[in-house]
Amino acid sequence: MTDNLYTALGWLPSPPTDFAAQCRALAQTDSNNPVDLGKPIRRLASRSLDENQLIRLGKTIVAARRDGRSLAPLTPLRLGIIGNGTLDHLVLPLIASAARHGVALDCVVGHYDQVLQEALDPVSEINSTKLDAVLIAVDYRGLPLVAEPGNAEQAQASVEAALRFLDTVANGIRQHGNALPIVQTLAPPPETLFGSRDAAVPGTTRSLVERINDELVRRVATSDSILFDVNALAQTVGLANWHSPSQWNLAKYPFADTYLPLYAEHVGRLLGAARGKSRRVLILDLDNTLWGGVIGDDLLEGIRIAQGDAVGEAHLSVQKMALALRERGVVLAVSSKNNDDTARLPFREHPEMLLREHHFAVFQANWNDKATNIQAIAQALSLGIESMVFLDDNPVERNLVREMLPEVAVPELPDDPSLYARTLNAGGYFEALAFVAEDKQRAAFYQDNARRIALQSQAGDLDAYLKSLDMHITFAPFDDVGRTRIVQLINKSNQFNLTTRRYTEADIVQLEADADNFTLQVRLTDTFGDNGMISVVICRPSSPTLDNRSTSAVADTWEIDTWLMSCRVLGRKVEDMVLCEVLAHAARRGIERVIGRYVPTERNALVKDHYAKLGFTPIGEHDDGATVWEMSTATPKPVEHFAVHRNGFDVTLPA
Amino acid sequence: MVEQEIYAKLNEVFRDVFDDDEVIVKPETTAADVDGWDSLAHIRLMLTVEKAFGVKFAAADIAGLKNVGELANLIETRR
Repeated sequence: MTDNLYTALGWLPSPPTDFAAQCRALAQTDSNNPVDLGKPIRRLASRSLDENQLIRLGKTIVAARRDGRSLAPLTPLRLGIIGNGTLDHLVLPLIASAARHGVALDCVVGHYDQVLQEALDPVSEINSTKLDAVLIAVDYRGLPLVAEPGNAEQAQASVEAALRFLDTVANGIRQHGNALPIVQTLAPPPETLFGSRDAAVPGTTRSLVERINDELVRRVATSDSILFDVNALAQTVGLANWHSPSQWNLAKYPFADTYLPLYAEHVGRLLGAARGKSRRVLILDLDNTLWGGVIGDDLLEGIRIAQGDAVGEAHLSVQKMALALRERGVVLAVSSKNNDDTARLPFREHPEMLLREHHFAVFQANWNDKATNIQAIAQALSLGIESMVFLDDNPVERNLVREMLPEVAVPELPDDPSLYARTLNAGGYFEALAFVAEDKQRAAFYQDNARRIALQSQAGDLDAYLKSLDMHITFAPFDDVGRTRIVQLINKSNQFNLTTRRYTEADIVQLEADADNFTLQVRLTDTFGDNGMISVVICRPSSPTLDNRSTSAVADTWEIDTWLMSCRVLGRKVEDMVLCEVLAHAARRGIERVIGRYVPTERNALVKDHYAKLGFTPIGEHDDGATVWEMSTATPKPVEHFAVHRNGFDVTLPA
Repeated sequence: MVEQEIYAKLNEVFRDVFDDDEVIVKPETTAADVDGWDSLAHIRLMLTVEKAFGVKFAAADIAGLKNVGELANLIETRR
């Protein structure tokens, strides 16, 4: 049962019986009506596909790209793979699995077992191809792990040599290829020399691998590389299952072929997370999901959540998992077919409940269909439908939501509620590459904001309401402290994002170093609490080729390269305040004009008229719908209602 | 398993692995006769056959196969 969960990706629904035909249909071109293929591809990919099906879908995607078809709204990413085993068989399954996570993957494999060469040679195929990331698929056999059992010095030297090797490879990729390294932890073979003693004896493979993994995790956490914990994955399915001696001998497969869909799925998650596609909200059904029984029928005394009751404990484990996810920033919501009062009763009065009302940002208990409820939840949170995960024990409800809202992730659940929490977790919907302090409070932010939205509709007079918020805004240039959050926002913001330019941490460091650039991070607090970092702006001196109206040799124009904001703070004139700050700094530096650009995507129609609303003058429009605007820096317009603070600028501006 | 049944199932496997609904295998079929049957696909084919027939092959079994006929015999012996 558990084996099926991981080998057959049990949280995903089965593929349709006409899967092959559907792939073929995608490949048909109707040249009169070219359709964006991204959504249907992602829908097909979001099934539990075996290796052959992944290959079939992968081929479909590759052919579509080659035929010049649009893969929107999948986000492109170019991946290289280098390693010490056979890797070619990974390519098509990776492409299909990446599509499951909203990424249109282009994938190239380095030469067989040429890890150092590919990484260090500036003109290697991997380094010459413009790649976004490179997966370093090196396993324990690809490292210089040579030590006598018991020889502590040799063991130490061996560990250091292995780490040095991996560092060298990662640095080569960064420097010569300008790509992000994805570093794998090592899965040790299950064989031991002594038995239990191996872990304690320096120089055994078991002990060497453990020490390397420890140090690797520490180093990667403080770098911009992405960590892929293959060791954890292998241990989840069992080291003896993961490693297949016959498949290594036969074909140099680094892990058993049966786990290819699982491996590809995990890489897909990381790539999706890198492109801001991880889910953010967990919507929970109540009856027979969070407790055993039906509250409307069984009443408070009859529902099962007690300790000591196997069914009760099973459902409590779902609550525990939901609570833990909330602690790390996942937002919780309820969608239940019940009267509102009845649904809230256990949260209010049952002593064994772990979840309480205040843990949820939105609570929808009514007799509407769940698809409508989920849409209402998305709207209340100002988050897209693709941010949602929906957990429901009832297969009828699950299929309804899958039909009506295909973008919502709906995990399949087994019959046994004891396995609900494990299945949800195995789905890996909330993969994250970083964890910053603000993530912890995110659930609370969304709750507060939902409250604000509710309050605002009661408030009537907008100005009076804004004043009552007692907002304090803090401006600062980019710095080390804010960098992780800045990079996170840059890669995750989709709706309030004017140009949707994605930068890695390395890009940002480079950007900051150029004194001609202007960077701005904006924080906001109000009576409800600290909203954290809510806006990021990057301005660059406008290049003369872009801007053929500038006659001076010295740049007198800034172009707003990036402007993004958290949707939580819309409708409060924060945009006006940020603009005022940008214009003030621009004027201080002798800039006369600021140019803004709107680059349309599937998600950012929200900001189509952003520059118009701020009073910019339109100066151009492109065929793809992109618009260009300008504003003079001579007239900054400060906004009331904000108390302004500044840190880290080396000029003083009026408060 | 009757020979006919083995070949019927093999046809299904070949169609799945090589993404070709027209494939029909006979005892004399070799890698040269099927589009895309390279060494990489061969491994995938063997693993898919193992799963479909519920058998396990040893490395020595797989290396020496000359045609589908020998594969069918191998399946019969391993069942």
